[in-house]
Amino acid sequence: MSVARTTESKPAPPEVEKIRVKVNGREIEVPRLMPDWQGKLAPTTMLQACEAAGVTVPHYCYHPKLPVAGNCRMCLVEFGTPALGPDRKPILNPDGTPKIVKSPRPAIACATPVSPGMEIYTNTPTVKAMRQGVLEFLLINHPLDCPICDQAGECKLQEYSVDYGQSTSRFVEAKVHKPKAVQLGPRIVFDAERCILCTRCIRFTRDIVGDDALGIINRGSYNTITTYPGTFFDNNYSLNTVDLCPVGALTSKDFRFQMRVWFLKETPSICTSCATGCNITIWSRGNKIYRYTPRENDAVNGPWMCDYGRLNFKWIGRDDRLKDVIVRGQKTTWAAALNELADRLKHAPAGSVAIIASARQSNEELWLLSKLKARLGAFSDSVPRTGEADKLLVNADKNPNSNGARLTGIAGSELGANLGGIASGIANGKIKTLIVFGEDVTKHGLGPDLLARLDALIVSDILPNETTRRAHYLLPGCAHAEKSGSFTNAAGRVQRFLKAIEPPGDARPEWEFLHELVNNVVGGNGARSIAHLFDEMARDIPAFRSLTWAALGDRGVELKI
Amino acid sequence: MPSEYRLILKHVDQPGYTPDIECYLRHGGYEVLRKALALKPKPLPDGRVLSPQEQLRDEVMRSGLRGRGGAGFSCGLKWSLVDRKSRKPIYLICNADESEPGTFKDRQIIYKDPHQLLEGIIISCYANDVHLAYIYIRGEFVEGAKILERAIAEAKAHGFLGKNILGTGYDLEIYVHRGAGAYICGEETGLIESLEGKRPYPRIKPPYYPAVLGLYQCPTIVNNVETLCAVKHIIAMGGTEYAKLGTPNNTGTRIVSLSGHVKRPGYYEVEVGKVTLRDLIFDPVFGGGLRDGHTLKAIIPGGVSAKVFKAGERVKVPRRTPDGKETFAELDVLDLPYDFDTIAAAGSMSGSGAIIVLDDSADMVEVLANICEFFAHESCGQCTPCREGALWMCKILRRMINGGGRKIDADELLRIADNIAGGRTICAFGDACAWPVLSIVSKFKDEFIARATAAEARRGKQTVDSERGAQCAAEPVSAN
Repeated sequence: MSVARTTESKPAPPEVEKIRVKVNGREIEVPRLMPDWQGKLAPTTMLQACEAAGVTVPHYCYHPKLPVAGNCRMCLVEFGTPALGPDRKPILNPDGTPKIVKSPRPAIACATPVSPGMEIYTNTPTVKAMRQGVLEFLLINHPLDCPICDQAGECKLQEYSVDYGQSTSRFVEAKVHKPKAVQLGPRIVFDAERCILCTRCIRFTRDIVGDDALGIINRGSYNTITTYPGTFFDNNYSLNTVDLCPVGALTSKDFRFQMRVWFLKETPSICTSCATGCNITIWSRGNKIYRYTPRENDAVNGPWMCDYGRLNFKWIGRDDRLKDVIVRGQKTTWAAALNELADRLKHAPAGSVAIIASARQSNEELWLLSKLKARLGAFSDSVPRTGEADKLLVNADKNPNSNGARLTGIAGSELGANLGGIASGIANGKIKTLIVFGEDVTKHGLGPDLLARLDALIVSDILPNETTRRAHYLLPGCAHAEKSGSFTNAAGRVQRFLKAIEPPGDARPEWEFLHELVNNVVGGNGARSIAHLFDEMARDIPAFRSLTWAALGDRGVELKI
Repeated sequence: MPSEYRLILKHVDQPGYTPDIECYLRHGGYEVLRKALALKPKPLPDGRVLSPQEQLRDEVMRSGLRGRGGAGFSCGLKWSLVDRKSRKPIYLICNADESEPGTFKDRQIIYKDPHQLLEGIIISCYANDVHLAYIYIRGEFVEGAKILERAIAEAKAHGFLGKNILGTGYDLEIYVHRGAGAYICGEETGLIESLEGKRPYPRIKPPYYPAVLGLYQCPTIVNNVETLCAVKHIIAMGGTEYAKLGTPNNTGTRIVSLSGHVKRPGYYEVEVGKVTLRDLIFDPVFGGGLRDGHTLKAIIPGGVSAKVFKAGERVKVPRRTPDGKETFAELDVLDLPYDFDTIAAAGSMSGSGAIIVLDDSADMVEVLANICEFFAHESCGQCTPCREGALWMCKILRRMINGGGRKIDADELLRIADNIAGGRTICAFGDACAWPVLSIVSKFKDEFIARATAAEARRGKQTVDSERGAQCAAEPVSAN
């Protein structure tokens, strides 16, 4: 099952019939059909109608992207429908309004469809009492261990306790005890006592991932979520259940006990582990990243991301990050290095320079390199990086910005096709200067022997490797979390990412020093902000034309390519 | 004089009546099936033609038959709601998961007259264009499942089942599926989930009404054993004739399972509404009265989920005067006719037809504790109020019978039960576990208060800590 995608590129859906319903006395119009969890049109539910009316209905088990379970009973509401006479026509009150018959039984808003003239009541004393009742039931066997619970601060039990909780417990019996700190899988720890059995995790792994890994054993209050004996909950999407879990039952082994969530800063960003470009939030404090979580974008990843991408940030804080500007083995300043580089490049004969960029760089950086390429008449390419794909989110292209490399002209339609040409150019002495960004070219056909033949090897990277060790000019760059910019994903969607933390030492965002270098070599003095740089690029590159940094917003814009 | 009216149990318990097919055939077995299969399309005056299936369904509708499983829903109406336009196969499931405490009627049929059930199923399947039926039998009925398997093999050998039944071209297979011992599998959507091989979590309605989205998301009919047997007799005698049995809107006969403190506990088939609770408990042909020296204390009129009646309680129920006018009458509960509507109007239900009689030797706190143990153990745990509430109530009652009662416990029980009942749960189990609490605690509150007062006095000036100790002692082994 794949993630529902929006219909941006598809023709507008046909007009849907509207029906009028009342929510807490206010009449609103809602479509008769609305997208269900798979994006298919289904009868509009009371919960959707309440949302349309701006009325919040509390819930635990309901999730817009999962099949409805209806088990938490937190969304129970009262409702009434127009009374019909024997002729099937509405019976009217003396004042001409339709007579409403209130249902004697409540209904779960998450699963009950609305009908014309229906009245939904979410603020009656009965509804409040039902919510209080459900919350009390959920808490009687709950350990109430918020002070040592990772979910504290983002826990639905805590949130609804503020609205519907009581200050003291009426439960004086012994609580049910269940397994704690269960290793459900390599990345997940489960506390069955905190679990409210909403089954979101079960439905996610069964219906979204297609891995029926989780189930419930035992009866009644002893119900416990578990894996089949001897198996593990270890699919590449397992950590999404930590986000889905409304309480502290499922926690991430990586994140648990690391930091209170309220201390963390949230920065919108993009996952760089493949060309899908899942939208993420980077959670950081000070200069340290604590976790990534998916940021909902129905056009890309829905509310999910893969475990690999989610945990692929540890390298950013590595101790051996490149922190110094180094020219011929000596530490120097940015100004000195960039001036010397500009002089060297200005005097380089046409055809003597090659650029190997990285498809992990941003659109802006690749565009700046392409300007350099045009001025120097340089050869250029970037390194392809492929792996396995899956049916849900993981793309076979492991570069986040292969399309950016293509659109800026740094690479041809097939990434890496020019690498052989560049290697032979160095071998036959035509290419004297090589600029490398973010790649260890010794692994891609440009061995130490070839690099030794160059007059100048100009390298920018984040972590040390065989290429950086041989660089004449070494310029320390930034991880995407340390800078702002944009990527173009596999579907041609341009999405921006923002700076979450500061880079180490003297490291600077590549776009910043490239901009300086390019201006020194090519001339001109453009803007210094990423927004202006993006807008300048959009004017220059046909595919990006009409885009602006501001218009990208948090969800990005899909190009026609 | 009140008496039994044996229609379904006509042959059961007769000397020499055995569950094999030869015996059944000697007693006119499968003749009704032959009659049903021989029906011809019937032209109507307005030019329409009624198919044999429609004629059979019309007979059942005319009979006024109400489901004998517990809810008393009209069988004809249930059949009419089946989605016949979807072009999906229609399934029929015989609910033989008889597990409501106090109920032991279906097993009489299964163990002693299995072919009557099969004949009822085959006719019902033919009437509803069903080609695959399941008998979902309670796991504990080990022998019953074997008897049914044997009966199915016999019926197949005689051409009453399988391909081309009696040469008519109609095919039907029946499979016996054994439950694994869970009360919730008697709930029809829980049963369907279980039959599909999953945990028997009842489904949410909407959208999963069995008549539209039942077994394997296909239209499905779920009928009780006794209901399906009644269908056979309806087709035999005609719906109109059947409707003359019993009372209006409460037609036919039903098997009452009578248990508790009566001299003659057992199963009795009676015309619905023609006998009163007093008849059933005290008449020599039925219960024969209470044990000597005891007086009546309470009646549970429809399985333990039903609200209890207190002896001497007077209830207001609608009555129809001889000239057809509706009036209200105030009756002693013992004078309530045992039917669907009057018992419901009196605030309880006749449910599965299980009457449990309690005399003055019964301690209502112990009675309720026993009932709550059952429900706490049987709650499937899918939805919050029932999962947490059933065990909470059970724990309070365990504490009370172990000497840890508090005077506020009675009100606490009522409050918890109120938070479960009234349609707040996915299935009727929520109501089923709350109703006995609501009725027993409110009608016998003095017993709860007295027990708690005595316990508090015994505990005297004990500290809160030791009170907790008493509660911990009441904590039993885990349900599983």
